[in-house]
Amino acid sequence: MPSLKSYRVRISSVKSTQKITKAMQMVAASKLKRAQEAAERARPYARRMASVIANLAAGVSGQDAPRLLAGTGSDQVHLLVVATAERGLCGGFNAQIARLAREEIARLEATGRTVKVLTVGKKGRDILKRVHASRLVGHIDLSEVRTVDSSIAHRIGEEVRAMFDAGGFDVCTLIYSRFRSAIQQIPTAQQIVPAVAPAADAAAAPDLRGALYTYEPNESVILEALLPKYVDGQIFSAMLENQAGFFGAQMGAMDNATRNAGDLIKKLTLQMNRKRQAMITTELTEIIAGAESV
Amino acid sequence: MAATFHFSLVAPERELFSGEVEHVIAPGEEGQFGVLPGHAPFMAVLRPGALTILNGATARRIFVRGGFADVTPDGLTVLADSAVDLADVDVARVAADLRDAEDDLKDAVDEAHRRIAQAKVADLRALQDALAA
Repeated sequence: MPSLKSYRVRISSVKSTQKITKAMQMVAASKLKRAQEAAERARPYARRMASVIANLAAGVSGQDAPRLLAGTGSDQVHLLVVATAERGLCGGFNAQIARLAREEIARLEATGRTVKVLTVGKKGRDILKRVHASRLVGHIDLSEVRTVDSSIAHRIGEEVRAMFDAGGFDVCTLIYSRFRSAIQQIPTAQQIVPAVAPAADAAAAPDLRGALYTYEPNESVILEALLPKYVDGQIFSAMLENQAGFFGAQMGAMDNATRNAGDLIKKLTLQMNRKRQAMITTELTEIIAGAESV
Repeated sequence: MAATFHFSLVAPERELFSGEVEHVIAPGEEGQFGVLPGHAPFMAVLRPGALTILNGATARRIFVRGGFADVTPDGLTVLADSAVDLADVDVARVAADLRDAEDDLKDAVDEAHRRIAQAKVADLRALQDALAA
């Protein structure tokens, strides 16, 4: 049985840990709030872009369509862009995304397709390089990124487009976590190349009151210019969801850790007190026995 | 009170401007165009340049990169990769950045670096032109 001192040392150490996890939980909570606000602020652009792309894509068809929209005509080679966080201490957040990636790889390869993987964020790469190192074709380092902004999404978009233009793949799917709530993050696979135009929903299209759009210079050129921005926008939205999901998951993980530490402190305190009482009882017994013998 | 229309300037991260204005002059890729209330539906790609917002006596000039303009009966929406109010830009700083960018272009080691440096120079030159205008 450990000594009283070692109990006290252990309890003190767990208390310090508990302070840290509690602080991390509060920091994660405030960062989650900011991340959610950032996602909210990004919505006007995303909505408008989707509406314009839907409008333009409906007017341009088949072979005239830009390659980013029409595709290569084949779906043999797939690129999976797996977006995870740089850091851990977030429960199963990164592992869940990596698991979906592994399932997608297995599913695609079972049908004879070739799969390449581009990792965004260290954790995904660390998990996937264990079994799928041969499929990793690139990595985007997020360690320098303080907050997610459109420039990092643009960087990823440029890399994906460069690979596409060089004939590196036919279909590109983004794998990330959708933010349902602070306690629910849902790993999602979303195709970004060929671009999937939102359905030209009559309700979403602006009411032109009988007039027709004038396009300068013409619909095709505008669509060609906007498609890369649309893809970047989808990547940006996914990164924002991931950011919010990460902090939500970290909040939950740190909350659990704080609670576990509390339980451990209670258990250790109980054990220490029992030991202390046993020692007092022993001492009393000795004193009484000694007194009696006199 | 003069007739106004709704104008929104939106970047991917957030809405930069939203309000009623009288007149907007935008740097279209095929040429500058003005938007007044009641403009017919119109879509155009913008070149990097200054967008002017006129409201009564006030004129606000914003340098817009990667812009796209969409006019509907509900108003004008400009989607831009980035935008900066020209009033907030330091002329001397831009001149210094342009000199650095031109040096980088001269020192470019391969095609990829050259392209990036070229884009940076073009962007800063457009910014300088917008400031001078």
